[in-house]
Amino acid sequence: MLKDLLIISIGAIFIQNFVLVQFLGICPFLGVSKKVETATGMGLAVVFVMACASAITWAVQQILVLFNIEYLQTIAFILVIAVLVQFVEMFLQKSIPSLYNSLGIYLPLITTNCAVLGVAIVNITKFGGMDFSFLKSVVYGASAGIGFTLAIVLFAGVRERLESSDIPEFLKGMPITLITAGLLSVAFMGFSGLNF
Amino acid sequence: MEILLPVVAIGGMGLIFGAILSVAAKIFAVEKDERIPQITECLPGANCGGCGYAGCGAAAEAIVKGEAGVNCCPVGGDETTRKIAEIMGVNAQKSEKMVAYVMCVGDCYAAKDKYDINEEMDCHSANRLSGGMKDCTFGCLGFGTCVQKCKFSALSIKNGIAVVDREKCTNCGACMKECPRHIIKSVPYSLQAVVECNSQAKGKETRAVCTVGCIGCGICAKACESGAITVDNNLAIIDPSKCIGCGICAEKCPRKIIKMLNKEPEIQVARKAVKK
Repeated sequence: MLKDLLIISIGAIFIQNFVLVQFLGICPFLGVSKKVETATGMGLAVVFVMACASAITWAVQQILVLFNIEYLQTIAFILVIAVLVQFVEMFLQKSIPSLYNSLGIYLPLITTNCAVLGVAIVNITKFGGMDFSFLKSVVYGASAGIGFTLAIVLFAGVRERLESSDIPEFLKGMPITLITAGLLSVAFMGFSGLNF
Repeated sequence: MEILLPVVAIGGMGLIFGAILSVAAKIFAVEKDERIPQITECLPGANCGGCGYAGCGAAAEAIVKGEAGVNCCPVGGDETTRKIAEIMGVNAQKSEKMVAYVMCVGDCYAAKDKYDINEEMDCHSANRLSGGMKDCTFGCLGFGTCVQKCKFSALSIKNGIAVVDREKCTNCGACMKECPRHIIKSVPYSLQAVVECNSQAKGKETRAVCTVGCIGCGICAKACESGAITVDNNLAIIDPSKCIGCGICAEKCPRKIIKMLNKEPEIQVARKAVKK
């Protein structure tokens, strides 16, 4: 049981990293990765939203299955995610205004972050009717969020170093950022050799 | 019947989530100064950044905090200042409407070029290419980099010179910052006379490169009854606060580069006042 959860979590963080291997949620990955501090904040917000979304969408899915209306999956999940993001936004505005300001437009954009919807849908297809699927879903969601945080914080660290390095004129700005993201992705592909 | 279930399901979810959020909104309510949205309403909403803040919303916040004055918006003019002052409960100082003015009339007929540029360039690259294609290193290059920057379409290029439409200009300052030669200046809308040249080169040099450049001879300064004209760095400058708009300088100028912006009857009235 515990072993299963550990495998799921390592799989979601490293082997099937949402950003660097599955290429989901690239928008905030590129948008909020200029500073490690804001990247960490963004990552934690995504962890929270993903974990909660996994839990709630699991419950929502049970209801949908009960009434035989699974085709409403996407719209129902988006609704759940939107509410969660709204909640996080209110919370941050109240308690950490500085983080709220630095995240700016990317915070409400978690709503349409495909990584979050991706987690919710992968949960259903992967653990649909299995034992302890609720627990597995939540662990998978939280791990996916941690994987996102890991990727974005690593990337922000690299980008901070890039700020002060001597980059050829034609690579300055977005080009070198995208190349860096590609290299980081290649590095994470190395984990795909891990087998359990 | 079939349609009812999904409607109820999604509607019910929306209702529950809505209730949760409205409770959360009460708990996490942030007290925001209600004057901020009111002031944002008054501002033009062009987000031009002419005030030095990121946009109209940021400017409104700065006004409420007291970092910016009620008249910080150069675009809105008196009407906006008055409304903001009302909200803030202070008296507005009347600010004069300012507009941008291109201090050069050395168009393709008047100013000589030292080399031809055929390609589509912008002013910055032309300026870097051995100091611009004009012999005059102070004049307008006329590639229209300022025109592109203007959000109010107040600028246009006529005969290779940028021209400001005084009615459309809001004095946001975008063109002044953009111009590599800094020849666009902010002047009062009520300006009566202006020396349309920016050349600080010596008279002889200016004469050699442009038929309409100021040579700094100082005849206008001597002729001016109200002492509004000074010659500094070979360039005559008219102080708009002292100028009465009589037009004597424009008549005396050997290069005919002082432009009178007021109408003929007004000039006659001012002329009479000078004679008395």
